[in-house]
Amino acid sequence: MSALNTLTIAAARDGLRKRDFTSADLTEACLGAIEGAGALNAFVHMTPEIARAQAAAADARLAAGEAPSLCGIPLGIKDLFCTKGVPSQAASNILRGFRPEYESTVTQNLWDAGAVMLGKLNMDEFAMGSSNETSCYGDVVNPWRRGNDPTPLTPGGSSGGSAAAVAADLCLGATGTDTGGSIRQPAAFTGIVGIKPTYGRVSRWGVVAFASSLDQAGPMVKTVRDAAIMLGIMASHDPKDSTSADLPVPDFEAALSGDIRGKKIGIPKEYRMEGMPAEIENLWAEGAAMLQGAGAEIVDISLPHTKYALPAYYVVAPAEASSNLARYDGVRYGHRARLGAGDGITEMYEKTRAEGFGAEVQRRIMIGTYVLSAGFYDAYYNRARKVRALIKRDFEQVFAAGIDAILTPATPSAAFGLGEMADASPVEMYLNDVFTVTVNLAGLPGISVPTGYDAKGLPLGLQLIGRPWAEGDLLNHAYVLERAAGFVGKPAKWW
Amino acid sequence: MAIDIDTARKVAHLARIAVPEDKLPALAAELSGILSFMEQLNEVDVAGVEPMTSVTPMRLKRRADVVTDGNIQASILKNAPDVREGFFAVPKVVE
Repeated sequence: MSALNTLTIAAARDGLRKRDFTSADLTEACLGAIEGAGALNAFVHMTPEIARAQAAAADARLAAGEAPSLCGIPLGIKDLFCTKGVPSQAASNILRGFRPEYESTVTQNLWDAGAVMLGKLNMDEFAMGSSNETSCYGDVVNPWRRGNDPTPLTPGGSSGGSAAAVAADLCLGATGTDTGGSIRQPAAFTGIVGIKPTYGRVSRWGVVAFASSLDQAGPMVKTVRDAAIMLGIMASHDPKDSTSADLPVPDFEAALSGDIRGKKIGIPKEYRMEGMPAEIENLWAEGAAMLQGAGAEIVDISLPHTKYALPAYYVVAPAEASSNLARYDGVRYGHRARLGAGDGITEMYEKTRAEGFGAEVQRRIMIGTYVLSAGFYDAYYNRARKVRALIKRDFEQVFAAGIDAILTPATPSAAFGLGEMADASPVEMYLNDVFTVTVNLAGLPGISVPTGYDAKGLPLGLQLIGRPWAEGDLLNHAYVLERAAGFVGKPAKWW
Repeated sequence: MAIDIDTARKVAHLARIAVPEDKLPALAAELSGILSFMEQLNEVDVAGVEPMTSVTPMRLKRRADVVTDGNIQASILKNAPDVREGFFAVPKVVE
């Protein structure tokens, strides 16, 4: 039998239920793998005592029978989720030392189902970034390399620690969050599966807020089946989140029939960007052919406002962030700057925030402050919200015309080198989100599935976008794509 | 629209982030670059379009206006950088 930490959630579930091994065995295998993977910098706070206690409790539950699917499964948790008594600092110095007195709804759902917490995972500061280079903990390193070239690559961002940890088999699954692509882009860069559910499917309560109308949490895992299993536990109606949908959570795993005959797959022409690398274009065409081979009908569609999604996003998201991050004032939690003689409360705020927030977070707060300020609110913020309405309408129209799912590339390229974008402008870095950001603006579910490699052997992913609340259908399409692509690659271990 | 140094100073102050004088020119240039990217939005005809306020059409839930928890003062103060006599402490605000 291969090492336990390399199992999928589904395989581990079956093994646990058959008593082939225990959750304690599985947990120790993961803790050992994490111990040896310091070079990836994926886990930033370890919780072995909690993990062992939860594993023992899970084993008792498994012995009693009727344990839920995630019972005894070791997971990593993105640092953005508040976990009671465990450091939760959104990879920011401004939350250094913060230990929440409460548990986020998502993680509570996971623990209630018997899952095991291995620790907290690195990310971009406040989830603002596409390369995991804005973290106060330092960069995460992608377990994948360009063949024998030792150049360290980005795992993507913002859920870069989650992506690297799953790809390197440090945990069986991880939580991620996605505001503009932060689950799907790192999943594509590391050859794993990540789904952002419909806005409102998963509670945002206890998840450190970035842009509240865009943020959604979701699973980052090794297979589409694992995504179905883990999303089913993460999702719930939560009265503590006013935008949480009061809808039943279906059995997503049961939706994986593998049959998509007669389904209509839209190929949006606006996603064929100028200068798109040939390997991305080929990957996309191959993906469409795979779905067609499974009996789906491929339909050319148009989403005419696609071009305006990035600029609209980079108005709306910073605007919401500037408002959400106003709470970090050095009074109630986290860092407070050392004050000079005669400093008043304004100096306390200004020095605390200058010291606590990194450069990218400061930049976005200031952009948000500007677009919300008197005289510019209509010109920027309201205009962006109107364009957002048009982007959403584009999707509504294609779904109304009978499209079941939309196929696009997940990212404009494979993983790039850490530091390679250091001299690029912020806008060039923002282009990483070009295929994913529309989905957040429209509140739709989107999933990234690894389907191929670039010329240097790095994984590439495709994105499927589904109808609102139809994650089951979306996962089934992704399941067909996954089976047809047969992506089984793993990074060669160098760490 | 290009952001000048005075505007950058004003934005930093509104955001309550201390930015030293010598860093303001670079900040102004950076913010201008991002805002010029956003100028593309002016190409879109938004006549008659309502700004999107809700991601999915849903009525916000109401709840009874009652206390649901309380008596957790220690818990609330636990992470504060400066606590005195059961309160958050800040520099003098009123002379």
